[in-house]
Amino acid sequence: MKKIALTKLDELFAAIAASKSLYLPVDTEKGAKYTAWTEGAKLSEATNTVRSAKDFFFPQVEDMASFKVEGKKIEVIDTRKEAEDFVVFGVRACDAKSFEILDSVYLVDPVDSYYASRREHGVVMTLACSRPTETCFCKAFGIDAAEPAGDISCWKTEDSLLLKANTEKGQALLDSLSMLEDAEDTAADAVKAATREIVEKLPLSNLSTDAFGGDKLSALFDSDKWESLSESCLACGTCTFVCPTCQCYDIRDYDTGHGVKRFRCWDSCMYSDFTLCAHGNTRTTQMQRFRQRFMHKLVYYPANNNGVFGCVGCGRCMRSCPISMNIVKVMKTLEG
Amino acid sequence: MQEVMKKRASELLADGTVVRVLGWKNGEFAYDPTPAVFQTVESLEAFVYNDFCASNLSKYLIKFLRQEGKTLVFLKPCDSYSFNQLLTEHRVIRENVYIIGVPCDGKVAEDKLREKGAEGILGIETEGDQIKVKTLYGDLDLNKKECLGERCLSCKSHQVVVFDEMLGENGEENPDCGRFDMVEKLEAMTPEQRFEFWRGELSKCIRCNACRNICPACSCEKCVFDNPASGISQKAAADSFEENMFHIIRAFHVAGRCTDCGECSRVCPQHILLHLLNRKFIKEMNECYGEYQAGAEAGSRAPLVNFTMDDCEPSIIYTKEAGK
Repeated sequence: MKKIALTKLDELFAAIAASKSLYLPVDTEKGAKYTAWTEGAKLSEATNTVRSAKDFFFPQVEDMASFKVEGKKIEVIDTRKEAEDFVVFGVRACDAKSFEILDSVYLVDPVDSYYASRREHGVVMTLACSRPTETCFCKAFGIDAAEPAGDISCWKTEDSLLLKANTEKGQALLDSLSMLEDAEDTAADAVKAATREIVEKLPLSNLSTDAFGGDKLSALFDSDKWESLSESCLACGTCTFVCPTCQCYDIRDYDTGHGVKRFRCWDSCMYSDFTLCAHGNTRTTQMQRFRQRFMHKLVYYPANNNGVFGCVGCGRCMRSCPISMNIVKVMKTLEG
Repeated sequence: MQEVMKKRASELLADGTVVRVLGWKNGEFAYDPTPAVFQTVESLEAFVYNDFCASNLSKYLIKFLRQEGKTLVFLKPCDSYSFNQLLTEHRVIRENVYIIGVPCDGKVAEDKLREKGAEGILGIETEGDQIKVKTLYGDLDLNKKECLGERCLSCKSHQVVVFDEMLGENGEENPDCGRFDMVEKLEAMTPEQRFEFWRGELSKCIRCNACRNICPACSCEKCVFDNPASGISQKAAADSFEENMFHIIRAFHVAGRCTDCGECSRVCPQHILLHLLNRKFIKEMNECYGEYQAGAEAGSRAPLVNFTMDDCEPSIIYTKEAGK
């Protein structure tokens, strides 16, 4: 394990940013946001960022190709940009786990080369939580807020930042940072214990997942509770867009006036044209679309991924849903 | 107030006046009630009305337009303006709705509590203007006025403008609310500064459509942005031009119909100051055609769909510009 004094954090960030783009959570007027580090940028103390860290690997909009049309001639232009090397610092345990979930979708055959390239070029430096909040329920999904994954895990003690490499990529980055000092492997034990103690007291830490999983399909799908759960859903895409594990996308064409720009963008199961096919739509009501979102996370995903749930308990949907409907209310209602 | 509302809802359900009640249901925490439909007296157990019941319930009534039976709805002052506007546009049928007006002195915004350091919220108690927040990291005593949602800080009216019965005392209009102050600040900017301000705001948009879907004025059966035949249907802004245009087009579409309920800005997960676009339109119309408040009266003709001999000529734009 390595360490550096908190007073020297800027020195550390400057050293990382010297060779790679460095992003970290910075406070804005309305919550923390991943921002490119520049001299003077201050690491946010917020529990988590408003938007998730999935944006780094699976951005909302990504250009795929352009078509230039001149008369009957169509020119296809490859607009792909090589991903640059980057480091994202301050990722929480929940978001770090979300990368594993995205990997299980995008890095299996056929590999999504756009996503894979970003994963290869990115180094994830996680930071253990010190002030988890009431909307956090990562523990319910077996995530330890005190032991975040990533290429490098970090912990903040009263006066230092502790760093531990988990991967070769992480080790290489730590080796390149000469200002780091050696630390005992047990140096983070006290802060880990403190975090876990708080997590135990969180109101949602003991949220039960017993009623969910790949083998519970029929009973849950046919539940008569979906109607009332979804009755006030606005069909906006907020929950899906702030969610670190929502992974659906659509490919759209944009008429530029003199050609076509083809891009992919986040899709949302809440939208009326989600999975619209030539024959029509398989889900014609908002109840069905609403159900899809939760069935995906709590039943379909675990059915295909050895029981792992497709939610990491970050709580972003709880904070941003315009009508305060969310996965916790859904789980408690379905189970109750 | 909550208990009185529950009692009236129970009575009206029990005597058959209404078949359903549209209100708010208690949530997981003290601050997250959800709009809900109650069809039995027993289900009203979960009914809640508190400082966090911010959702405007008017738009949900469109859903019940074609359903049997009367719906009881609780409307706060700003929601009642929206209801009138929906009536004007024939999106709801007055006879199918039983309205109970409830007074409102502003709703508390969860993010304001967070800004004041409330994390790990375990409980919230309100006493008059005092909000006591119990958190994992210590208790906070906050002033309600300082925790109100942005729109409530410049509330145009505390008056419920349409109701069958009113619970508590109805409030009054609040002409000195200063709701155009920020618009005036924007008007005073140079075009470059103003463009920069709006790019800063609109570039935050993630096209989640929350603003559109919550907006009582956005009541089209199929939105132009969801219609593949429109040529502009999109799920994400393909470029900065589209980013701007989505909101500007929406503001044009609701011009003269927007009651300034402020739901758009309240629900925006990116905290874009969307209501300022609408307020600019309202202010312009007030200046060009005389004061007009959408939703103040059902059936009123908005300036943009009306013609009078006194109407200003299109050249007013140049006259106004020259006057600056």
